[in-house]
Amino acid sequence: MLRAARALGGIAVMAIAAGCGSSGSTSTSSPPASTPNPLNGPLTVFAAASLTEAFNDTKTSLQKEYPALSITYSFAGSQQLVSQIENSAPADVIATADTKTMGTLTTAGLVEPSKVFAHNKLEIVVAPGNPKGVKGLADLARTDLVVVLEDPSVPAGNFARQALTKANITVNPKSLELDVKSELQKVASGEADAGIVYVTDVTAAGTTVAGVPIPDDQNVIATYPIAVVKASTHLKAARAFVDEIVSGDGHKALLARGFLGP
Amino acid sequence: MRGGRPPLGLLIPATGAMALVVLPLAGLLQRTPWSQMRTQLFSADVGTALRLSLECSVAAVAVSVVLGVPLAWILARVPFPGRAVVRALVTLPMVLPPVVGGVALLYAFGRRGFVGEVLDRLTGVTLPFTTTGAVIAEAFVAMPFLVIAVEAGIRQVDTRYEDAAATLGAGSWTRFWRVTLPLVAPSLGAGAALCWARALGEFGATITFAGNFPGKTQTMPLAVYIALETNPDGAVALSLVLLAVSLLVLVVLRQRLIGDP
Repeated sequence: MLRAARALGGIAVMAIAAGCGSSGSTSTSSPPASTPNPLNGPLTVFAAASLTEAFNDTKTSLQKEYPALSITYSFAGSQQLVSQIENSAPADVIATADTKTMGTLTTAGLVEPSKVFAHNKLEIVVAPGNPKGVKGLADLARTDLVVVLEDPSVPAGNFARQALTKANITVNPKSLELDVKSELQKVASGEADAGIVYVTDVTAAGTTVAGVPIPDDQNVIATYPIAVVKASTHLKAARAFVDEIVSGDGHKALLARGFLGP
Repeated sequence: MRGGRPPLGLLIPATGAMALVVLPLAGLLQRTPWSQMRTQLFSADVGTALRLSLECSVAAVAVSVVLGVPLAWILARVPFPGRAVVRALVTLPMVLPPVVGGVALLYAFGRRGFVGEVLDRLTGVTLPFTTTGAVIAEAFVAMPFLVIAVEAGIRQVDTRYEDAAATLGAGSWTRFWRVTLPLVAPSLGAGAALCWARALGEFGATITFAGNFPGKTQTMPLAVYIALETNPDGAVALSLVLLAVSLLVLVVLRQRLIGDP
């Protein structure tokens, strides 16, 4: 065991050394890596809260494949992440849950051109077994239900509003949460009876909640763009990571977690 | 000044301490959109958040005084086994991350919490997502400041005053009201001011326990946090109001109550 661990450690050190060599320093003593892979070194990725599970899966598989790669995630509401990058937070890659928030960064010239990597749909989230018998969006107007939504500045909150408008339903939410996960937590803990989140959030929450589908004519499709942050000090690794998310391991992980393809 | 110039070994770190606190505030002032202040501050949303914040924080102080002063008196005057433990427990919210405090409040007073469930069943009252919930969250976080200040004040009161009152026939209740309480008024004032300032700035416990809804539970710090993403100028304007109000109260109270020159 110990020996194996040491051996692994050794490989990691070698890989790191190789990584340093390939990143442009004029070191002649270290031999060039046989297949120089850009996926190494530290990488900071800002991602919408709804991507938590899928991106963590990707981290596990990528770091197994590229031991010199060390991914750090910051998950939050897309609008928070955008505001952090505007204030020069040290991110290499950003993935948001809508094109509007990403558009802010594109317009400001802070990111490279973004790529769409996934889609998502909305679903009503209720307690396991749906004790309040919620059948569709119309039920959310019932006065005996405690409904929580998200603040309109959060993509999911914005989409939920669009869906309710399409269905011509007025809801009086008790709270406007700041990201999908805290809304989900309110339902899972029993404080709220229903909310509107992404299909993938309901899947990720497992048995703690249940989902009630929203028909396509009332639903809103969320588009997820990803981009390299121009100020990144690891541009090559950042671009390689984006490729993995768009078509590689990350793409597989996203589909497995219930996202729709780009 | 006594003893001439202060030693450099103290002056330099003291300047560093000042810089640490003052520079971020300067940053805020420097980013303030002064020309837009009026429009930002008189918008309906800001007014709503400001009013709610004042109501909640004052209510939280009232709760803290009514419950906290008697607790402070007991901690200062009544020796009982486990007093040190109680004292530590009471001050715990000062170091507990407020978000964790909010989750703890949910487990106790939430609709499924072990107290909240009974409350809901007996009275139909639920606390999360209500203004009362926001007040409870603020009191939970801010009360320790008051208890600590008042307890320290009571300990400093010379017990001979109370003894003298007793020999003149005053009962223990009268002694508390007519002797002890007036003597600790400065500590009570200072504690209440700190408690109020902490309640006014409370964010984590409030949003976790009471949620975020304009006019009901969206206090100033929550409004600032949301505005930071959608309307940064508004966020700065709001913060400045919070800052000015707190600074004014703290400066006035500090001079008046602690007797600082």
